[in-house]
Amino acid sequence: MLDFIKGTTLAANEWKTLRYPPSAAEEHKQAGKTVVHKVTGTQAADMETIAALKIPAGKLIVPLKVWIARQEELRPRLAAGELGVWCESFEVIEDLLATVDDINDFPVIAWDFVRFTDGRGYSTAALLRQRYGYRNELRAIGDVLRDQLFYLRRCGFDAYELRADRSTDAALTGFADFSEPYQASVHIDQPLWRRHIRG
Amino acid sequence: MYRYDAFDQQLIDERVAQFRDQFRRYQAGQLSEDEFRPLRLQNGLYIQRHAPMLRIAVPYGLLASHQLRKLADIARRYDHGYGHFSTRHNLQLNWPKLEDVPDILAELATVQMHAIQTSGNCVRNITTDPFAGIAPDEIIDPRPLAEILRQWSSFHPEFAYLPRKFKFAINGCQHDRAVVRVHDIGIELLRNAAGETGAKIWAGGGLGRTPIIGEVVSDWVPWEHIITYCEAILRLYNRYGRRDNSFKARIKILVKALGIAEFRRQVEAEFAQTKSSATTLDQSEYERVAKHFQAPAYETLPAENTAFETARATHPAFAEWVKRCVHPHRVSGYRAVTLSLKAHGGAPGNISAAQMESVADLADRYSFGEARVAHEQNLVLADVRLADLFELWRSAREAGLATPNIGLLTDIICCPGGDFCALANAKSIPIANAIQARFDNLDYLFDLGEIALNISGCMNSCGHHHVGHIGILGVDKDGSEWYQISLGGSQGNATRLGQVIGRAFAAHEVPDVIEKIIAVFVEQREGDERFIDVVQRLGLAPFKARVYGIPAKEEVTHA
Repeated sequence: MLDFIKGTTLAANEWKTLRYPPSAAEEHKQAGKTVVHKVTGTQAADMETIAALKIPAGKLIVPLKVWIARQEELRPRLAAGELGVWCESFEVIEDLLATVDDINDFPVIAWDFVRFTDGRGYSTAALLRQRYGYRNELRAIGDVLRDQLFYLRRCGFDAYELRADRSTDAALTGFADFSEPYQASVHIDQPLWRRHIRG
Repeated sequence: MYRYDAFDQQLIDERVAQFRDQFRRYQAGQLSEDEFRPLRLQNGLYIQRHAPMLRIAVPYGLLASHQLRKLADIARRYDHGYGHFSTRHNLQLNWPKLEDVPDILAELATVQMHAIQTSGNCVRNITTDPFAGIAPDEIIDPRPLAEILRQWSSFHPEFAYLPRKFKFAINGCQHDRAVVRVHDIGIELLRNAAGETGAKIWAGGGLGRTPIIGEVVSDWVPWEHIITYCEAILRLYNRYGRRDNSFKARIKILVKALGIAEFRRQVEAEFAQTKSSATTLDQSEYERVAKHFQAPAYETLPAENTAFETARATHPAFAEWVKRCVHPHRVSGYRAVTLSLKAHGGAPGNISAAQMESVADLADRYSFGEARVAHEQNLVLADVRLADLFELWRSAREAGLATPNIGLLTDIICCPGGDFCALANAKSIPIANAIQARFDNLDYLFDLGEIALNISGCMNSCGHHHVGHIGILGVDKDGSEWYQISLGGSQGNATRLGQVIGRAFAAHEVPDVIEKIIAVFVEQREGDERFIDVVQRLGLAPFKARVYGIPAKEEVTHA
């Protein structure tokens, strides 16, 4: 089933994403409301949860903390090209970089948008592409919606798992919202004034 | 001023189409309330107390006469025939119909206007000095950089979903009229000893719930690196600014948490990596934009004009207006004029459609077809011949735009408050009007001299009450409206935050309180001393004593 976007077209999703069990997430409260956007650097899960997590076979995207804690067990799968890593919106990509000599050992890195309004993934994507030399698939997962696709792509994402209740097909028009953006970005690496003669 | 090329126009036309489609999907139930909210806010659309509110961008405050006429047309056809200028140069419509907003945006696009990023957690409209390009104390005209930053910040893919809103101000003068120190990023353009252009960059300032004066991140960033330097700041903020609590999400909280030294170290480390990238400016791009801001075709005029002097000598009302509303100009024989939107009894910053057209006519007749918005919520005609001032004054007076109160107690900065705004704790316009009614004697106002009175209807501080010489903040206590008074705030090179004098007052008490404060000032004033200087000299004690009826504490004298 083509329910996934690779580049700007529909594709089959070959990867499964391993999530923490729902109970693992520690509830933070602020004035009675659950904190959705956690402070950068918050721990995603405790060691017990990480150790207890069952890791299925096949192409799998595992949580950053699981990769870090269980590297020995997972290295062969990375070598076989069957392992990717996803980060929570409050994690820092530098923690992943510290675990490998070459970030391109990962065939897939995914960023989880806890809400589409959490913009940390945009800066992270730009850093991965422009500073850390990552060339493989960079996938947006979580609260991924049509109206953010244009910016996501420009910052360096090239794969998108739309939120399950949304039509992936209908979302494709989102890549064409603007024809000639002003800024330099990952996708278009020169600003408008360097790309065209302007009036 | 800046004129769009085909690329600028295409971008805003595509924005209109994008928003029309988003609105259609919202109405069809394909976008939820929560999903639509950030999208509509980034098009300036609020759902308000009585009706939606649409905030139209006036980039760095510049308006051409044909744009003013279009705004008048929109205000009549889609609203109740008026608009409200905010403290960020923007024009707010208070009564548009939700379903009309895509059409209003399309109308705006025909005159190179939009509502892009006038709200939402993104880079907002950039503000500057209304006297840019003509002020005698100007070092560098901030408008080219303001336009370059407008383009850079419009639809910036990395910074559309920041932890919170982000406001820039740019000043290019010796005297800061853009309040750069209370902005998320404040840019102060400078020239160094070698004659090179650069900027001092302030960050982490802001009013709102936690008012903080910004800190200097860098004393000198060469002009071509200003954008990449700001990108480094924004990237740090985007990644590490707090998102867990919206009250602590502004960059000022991050700057305070890290401390300015560590914040600066991290910015510099990021900047070192991105400093020389495709985004770095070059001379040809700067000049391309700057040529849009070339001086108009000034005539060569003598510094004095006899007819003007005669009019001033024979018409005292004109002379008073000149004193309050006419400002120096760097070109001989020219002056800048402030058109007051603070007529006593009106809502500060409000302007009727007919007045917008009057301003457009005055701009065409006397000021090269351009007007500017001052953050104090008045309009400025920047290039008026001395010889035309008298005629201009007569027309402006007929249009209700010549109240000679600029810089005086009744030139009140005031947010729309509880009459309109869904966020407000209390009304602000009736408070402004009650104060204007109490101090309706112009001669007395002239005698009192410069006093900045600013009113905000809630702690979001849209009325900049923290930097008013007198600040009034509307607060909610058990469901009723109260007003907290502060004294001693100021903007400009000596930006200071006011201090609260004590317990809050009911609405009807406020004019009396202001009168008592003014009475202390009048009694204590030495010569022509300004109100703010008296407050600085005396401290709050004598004011508190008069207002609350308690004796002032004896000053401790040092031997």
